[in-house]
Amino acid sequence: MAAKKTTAKPNVSKDELLQYYKDMLLIRRFEEKAGQLYGMGLIGGFCHLYIGQEAVVVGIEAAAKEGDKRITSYRDHGHMLACGMDPKGVMAELTGREGGYSKGKGGSMHMFSKEKHFYGGHGIVAAQVPLGAGLAFSDKYRGNDNVTFAYFGDGAANQGQVYETYNMAELWDLPVIFVIENNQYAMGTSVQRSTKSPSLWERGAAYGIEGEEVDGMDVLAVKAAAEKAVAHCRAGKGPYILEVKTYRYRGHSMSDPAKYRTREEVQKMRDTRDAIEHVRTMLLDGKHASEDDLKSVDKEIKEIVNNAAEFSKESPEPALEELWTDIYATELPQEA
Amino acid sequence: MSTEILMPALSPTMEEGTLAKWLVKEGDTVASGDIIAEIETDKATMEFEAVDEGTIGKILIEEGTEGVKVNTAIAVLLEDGESADDIQATSSAPAETETEDATKEAAPAASAAAPETPKVDQSPDWPEGTAMKLQTVREAIRDAMAEEMRSTDEVFLMGEEVAEYNGAYKVSQGLLDEFGSRRVIDTPITEHGFAGIGVGAAFGGLRPIVEFMTFNFAMQAIDQIINSAAKTLYMSGGQMGAPIVFRGPNGAAARVGAQHSQDYAAWYSQIPGLKVCMPYSASDAKGLMKTAIRDPNPVVFLENEILYGQSFDVPDMDDFTIPFGKAKIWREGSDVTIVSFGIGMKYALEAADKLAEDGISAEVIDLRTLRPMDTGTVINSVMKTNRCVTVEEGFPVCSIGSYISSVLMQDAFDYLDAPVINCTGKDVPMPYAANLEKLALTTTAEVIEAVKKVTYR
Repeated sequence: MAAKKTTAKPNVSKDELLQYYKDMLLIRRFEEKAGQLYGMGLIGGFCHLYIGQEAVVVGIEAAAKEGDKRITSYRDHGHMLACGMDPKGVMAELTGREGGYSKGKGGSMHMFSKEKHFYGGHGIVAAQVPLGAGLAFSDKYRGNDNVTFAYFGDGAANQGQVYETYNMAELWDLPVIFVIENNQYAMGTSVQRSTKSPSLWERGAAYGIEGEEVDGMDVLAVKAAAEKAVAHCRAGKGPYILEVKTYRYRGHSMSDPAKYRTREEVQKMRDTRDAIEHVRTMLLDGKHASEDDLKSVDKEIKEIVNNAAEFSKESPEPALEELWTDIYATELPQEA
Repeated sequence: MSTEILMPALSPTMEEGTLAKWLVKEGDTVASGDIIAEIETDKATMEFEAVDEGTIGKILIEEGTEGVKVNTAIAVLLEDGESADDIQATSSAPAETETEDATKEAAPAASAAAPETPKVDQSPDWPEGTAMKLQTVREAIRDAMAEEMRSTDEVFLMGEEVAEYNGAYKVSQGLLDEFGSRRVIDTPITEHGFAGIGVGAAFGGLRPIVEFMTFNFAMQAIDQIINSAAKTLYMSGGQMGAPIVFRGPNGAAARVGAQHSQDYAAWYSQIPGLKVCMPYSASDAKGLMKTAIRDPNPVVFLENEILYGQSFDVPDMDDFTIPFGKAKIWREGSDVTIVSFGIGMKYALEAADKLAEDGISAEVIDLRTLRPMDTGTVINSVMKTNRCVTVEEGFPVCSIGSYISSVLMQDAFDYLDAPVINCTGKDVPMPYAANLEKLALTTTAEVIEAVKKVTYR
């Protein structure tokens, strides 16, 4: 039942590697900026940063094709940037402005893009798992070969609806890839304190679902595993589970002092396992890029993020009439 | 260019804090992500990280300072090649953030009582002279689903026992035979999960009909109905929503005890983003079900086990629909308005018959849809009769009846000659014993008594 861990690294071109570097760096810089804007009071409420986990979405997206769908929890900024949503629109949603993806009505946890097949942004832990299986159901019903990536965390992995979904997804051979982003802490509760089962992906075996553990600090390992999972789904073999071991550098949300782990633990991950540094070293060691090349990438990313921040401050707050719009649709949604 | 490092807000409620400790000193270089200070918020001590890289040029607020307002400059960061001499005089007053107080400008929510006659649609539901056929509510709902499934491939039915068993209450009889297992899908007993899969399929552009064997079991799934189905259109700024129907029997059946006997009309009717139907007759069940399946929004369709087997005239038309938000006046009257919906209509109509024998003329209104609710038709009627009794099986606290009462208070106060009385189920879990169960439900006798009270007879 249990599939072997994918060990073979994919063939990756210099351009692809540089692209992953850029994509991950964009997420990190964007999140740092979001943290700063939060500190300035421009972003309110809950704000869950993705810093440290960048290789997960970038590696998964590297295996996606047009038409594939994705859905995730409230820690969603990275997923949106990785699937090509505009950083300006994402940042302006964080600041609650008219130019945001949801016109300022969704906020950090609730953004969507029909164009990029991004289905949110869900604030109830694990609710996105059956929703993701439902998206996959719609593709299977139509008979196309699209797949859905349903992301959830190690905390969500203990919710009952995950297992209700596993059962039906396998029963109906739904083309859904369950991506467990195991960052080791469900808010302040470590995996060890929430379960005695040592691995989360193996729970799929009870339902007949194949899966594997993946090194989430290595974008190429994530990509390789995602490609395998995608091939499995597209071939009509049903769902697949990827438990991606990752680490969140910041607190659960902006207001989390993170006293449940030591500063040394975080620093050690940053110093020895950082996914962006890993690719940076590969680029430099393989002579795929020079320090100057990477400096100009840094500059380019910084400019994108600064422009997004500027846009998010300049975009006006939504018109007061917006309070009363988008409660009911008047016509059926059109296919994206 | 030097940048100011500002006192951060580190929780949704923080306005000021204590700069507990600096972990860097002037002249230190920092990279983004480095922890530079510890700040005590209203909740905890937080580590504060640098966002930009550079050199700490000047520390403006000493460690140990209490009551530092959010957005006060606490230090200055220099970029490569700058020196501390480049620092311009900085004010340590918090920078203004430009959030407006929207509440000031918001229009008043409710208008003062304006006893104008509301405009309502009371056109006939079908053309005069239409041939009718006698059908049970069960058959009417099945026909509505079958007709919509014939016309649109995106429509499918899923739920427990809907396919091979032909429906726990035989509502989906014959649908598997006609449409096959791709479109009529038996699920495991897993309400939360399949409701979520249904909503996801609707996000993906399909038009699911999700049957709950009874709405009692939908409580397992209510998060998906409300948080996922009803709110997504709003949360996405209109980009995507869930065209889906959640249907099944609701309310008390007979002798099935507390957990299987509850009316959810008021629960779902509270939710913006949902539409809610609760038909009484077979023709309404059919016409509203077809409208529900075509509607681009999530619809909660509350049926009733006792009504399933009851027969009514249904117009024999190719495509018969009833719009949402249109109440039906079952009988006209002049002395009192009785408002009900679903199985409550049985008591309302029986009461009206008996009251007529006593010379009291009751107007009986079936709301049919609870959200949107046709309060206009109710107000118009009360402006004529000046008295109102509501009838429902649900619990009394925050009931549909109490909402109607408040609407009448606000919009027809001057027309009321008596307080509105709500006939409801009793404020108790449903008992099993036959005599107690009877007592827990509302009855025709109670409706008659309430009408006599409001008409001072």
